[in-house]
Amino acid sequence: MIEPSAYLLLSAILFGIGVVGVVTRKNVLIILMSVELMLNGVNVAFVAVGSFLGDAAGGVFAFMVMTVAAAEAAVGLALLIALYRLKETIDITELKVLKW
Amino acid sequence: MVNGILDYLWLVPALPLLGVVLNGAIALFAERPLLLKEAGLPLAGGHGAAHGSHDDAHGTSSHGSAHGHHESPAYRKLVALIAPGVVGAAFVVALLCVLSLASRPADGRTFVQILFPWIQAGSLLVPAGLQLDPLSSVMALVVTGVGFLIHVYSVGYMSHERAFARYFVYLNLFMFAMLTLVLANNYLLMFVGWEGVGLCSYLLIGFWYEKQSASDAGKKAFVANRIGDFGVLLAMFLVFWTFGSLSYTEVFAKVPLLRESGVLTTGLATAITLLLFLGATGKSAQIPLYVWLPDAMEGPTPVSALIHAATMVTAGVYMVARSSALFLLAPDTMMVVAVIGAITAIFSATIGICQTDIKRVLAYSTVSQLGYMFLACGVGAFTAGIFHLVTHAFFKALLFLGSGSVIHALSGEQDMRKMGGLRKYVPVTFFTMFAATLAIAGIPGLSGFFSKDEILWQAFSSPHGSPVLWGVAAAAAGITAFYMFRLVFLTFFGDSRMDPEVEKHAHESPWTMTVPLSILAVLSVAGGWVGIPAVLGGSNFFEHWLAPVFHPVAAAGAHGAAAAGAHGAQGAVHHPVVLEIGLMALSVAIALCGIGLAYFLYRVRTGKPDEIAARWPNLYDVVYHKYYIDEFYEWAVIRRIVNFSTGLWQMFDALFIDGIVNGAAALVRAAGERVRRLQGGVVGGYAFSLLAGAVLLVGYILYRSVVQ
Amino acid sequence: MEPVLFILFGAIAVCGAIMVVTRKHPMASALYLILTLFAVAALFVLRQAHFLAAVQVIVYAGAVVVLFVFVIMLINVPENRMPVERVTTVRFLGVIAAGLFILESAVLARRFSMPKGPAAEVGTVEAVGRALFTDYLLAFEVTSVLLLSAVIGAIALAKKKI
Repeated sequence: MIEPSAYLLLSAILFGIGVVGVVTRKNVLIILMSVELMLNGVNVAFVAVGSFLGDAAGGVFAFMVMTVAAAEAAVGLALLIALYRLKETIDITELKVLKW
Repeated sequence: MVNGILDYLWLVPALPLLGVVLNGAIALFAERPLLLKEAGLPLAGGHGAAHGSHDDAHGTSSHGSAHGHHESPAYRKLVALIAPGVVGAAFVVALLCVLSLASRPADGRTFVQILFPWIQAGSLLVPAGLQLDPLSSVMALVVTGVGFLIHVYSVGYMSHERAFARYFVYLNLFMFAMLTLVLANNYLLMFVGWEGVGLCSYLLIGFWYEKQSASDAGKKAFVANRIGDFGVLLAMFLVFWTFGSLSYTEVFAKVPLLRESGVLTTGLATAITLLLFLGATGKSAQIPLYVWLPDAMEGPTPVSALIHAATMVTAGVYMVARSSALFLLAPDTMMVVAVIGAITAIFSATIGICQTDIKRVLAYSTVSQLGYMFLACGVGAFTAGIFHLVTHAFFKALLFLGSGSVIHALSGEQDMRKMGGLRKYVPVTFFTMFAATLAIAGIPGLSGFFSKDEILWQAFSSPHGSPVLWGVAAAAAGITAFYMFRLVFLTFFGDSRMDPEVEKHAHESPWTMTVPLSILAVLSVAGGWVGIPAVLGGSNFFEHWLAPVFHPVAAAGAHGAAAAGAHGAQGAVHHPVVLEIGLMALSVAIALCGIGLAYFLYRVRTGKPDEIAARWPNLYDVVYHKYYIDEFYEWAVIRRIVNFSTGLWQMFDALFIDGIVNGAAALVRAAGERVRRLQGGVVGGYAFSLLAGAVLLVGYILYRSVVQ
Repeated sequence: MEPVLFILFGAIAVCGAIMVVTRKHPMASALYLILTLFAVAALFVLRQAHFLAAVQVIVYAGAVVVLFVFVIMLINVPENRMPVERVTTVRFLGVIAAGLFILESAVLARRFSMPKGPAAEVGTVEAVGRALFTDYLLAFEVTSVLLLSAVIGAIALAKKKI
């Protein structure tokens, strides 16, 4: 049998890799994908724990997360397009006009 | 209550306050908009100060034709009615109160009316209360009586002043403050009045604030008084610390007790009284703080009469007399008071000889006469000091008002060298002023003679006195007679030295001015008859009236018995009657010498004064420049303070204080420069902050779970 | 059988994830993202969450990643305008912190005691549907509002002129 903690470990690894992507990359597209990775990591934990505990809430939460992820991807990419039209760049480090 | 009219004692200060409120409303809502509206317009008969001439609100007014220039708004009549009205009413109430008080037995003549609890802080309980006893009743009558006459006079004198209502607001406010001062039943409330009269003095000296010298004089008076007020404040702290109370009755009742228990040492009493006396030198213009009074003549002449001659400047004498129980415990202070008084008397009298400005002569004369009062207090003759205060209020107010009338007649001319022969132009002014001059010179039968001679006699015979003090005071009396007659001769006698243009318009003043002059003249002549000494066959009613205030407390002190006995004929120390009569005759002779010398120099040999001045140019120069005291203060005190302040500003303020402030700003700026990097605008940085926070949080949870 | 499959798909998911964050071109990342998502879907199946696995494939791989691919091709950033990645202090520390985070989570996960055994039937269509339309009805409806607003927002943002 697989230990529940194995799922949690996998979840943490996926989440951590997503975090690394968000923190280190400059490409806005890849950052958005990394966010999706993080959400997936969380989903793994929800589903696994839900099934081990026999609680349907885990599945429902995962479902909600997916919905949010879809919405987030849609809005994020729309922003990206608008941004690229305006600034001709997808480099996140060049978008720092909110500094002051 | 069975006190009758005394229960309405609060009306005495309240009535002038009512005048302040009413006139203040008029000044604010009727007069000010009018003046502001007119400010932009070119006016033919403009503001008095605009003339740049001397103390004269009505430079144009003495020209008959100029009267039509000023439209007279209705509110002026109302002000002219309210301002003297409330003071007159206060006088009537005060008079009724005093009569009611007089009907009581001699030892029950202290009426205290507590109005409301005022300050309650720990053991400091100060109610706002009024006290009417023989001393404060004398003061209240003088203040309201003379004040009323001067208010009436002011209506005429200031009739062409544009800021008419403002003037009377200040004058009423002064009356309120002065009555608070004399009627207060404790030191703190007295101090309120003390500061109040100082404020009004400042406001009225600088009444024509558009004139630089007037506003400077106001500031000078204010600052010089502040030095003295500092002393009064410290004295009050000491009084409260020693007696645990500030009300007169409690403090003076505790004096014998604390004296016996050794709490109230002579040193402590000396400290308290010296500090009080410092305040008195400021308010009453004694050496070393007298310098502001001559400059105060920049104010309107009725103000000089009311504040800077008759009432406010006597506040110091009143306070010393009020605290007589304390002063008698401190022989050192008594000596200081007497010596300062005597020196001031002769010192300022000598300055008066050479002054040419009619009001300045009177100002130095005032300083000199106040010196007499302090001399009297210093030798323990408080009654004599208060007596002289009263008579002086009459004749000096009269002299000032008379000089105001002269100035009025001469369209603002104050220089006596440009007067002369005025007798025929202003007869009423001349006769009244001449009566006052006789009184101040000490001619027998007039008020000044009795009060001054009482002081001279006490200076000689009292246990605190000495023949030296008598000599100085008698010399000062001779000089007083000399310069006063010099003033009269230069002003009213001889050939006219007036500007012909001015002479054409010279005229007697309106009845609002001459009637107060006449009343004051009667008082100057007869005011002394209440205190004719026993040796001349009088009953000395005045001394008996004040006896309950000074004698019981004097008898309680260690030195008091002798001091009490020194009063009049019932004293323990007996001097031969012949001696008293002889000294009296001597002082009269000295005064007559002064008069004779003035007659000789200014009527017979009119060229002689210039010769004398030419023979001793240095001496004349020093006296003419008032012994260079102002310059000395400028050099010794003011420049030091300015230098010190400049040093503080440059060293302490600019470097240290600004350094702290700028340093704090620089610190924040530097910190911001560092912290700013956290907010670089790069999303990665923010994400990292989030991550770091999450790592720490999870680490903390982990740590907690491990610990458990 | 389960441990083998878990390790297999888990390894695929982790490797895919690593490839996502390390690829230079976003198109490659997107393709590796699909791989990871499929692997995660397989893990869902392992835990008997058939419905969620289906949604994962349909919504994620079928909709979200396709959206990504569309956008990548739409804006078509030329190779020379791709951001040049550099190692900076913050990035280095970020990797360290992420590693620490994984470590901490792992330690923490091991401390949980959970009934282990065959998966309960909680991820099936029936179980999820029952929970969604009873206990979580309000959340479900609010989610629909969220999606609607996201649609409107996306349209508004992607217009030529904002």
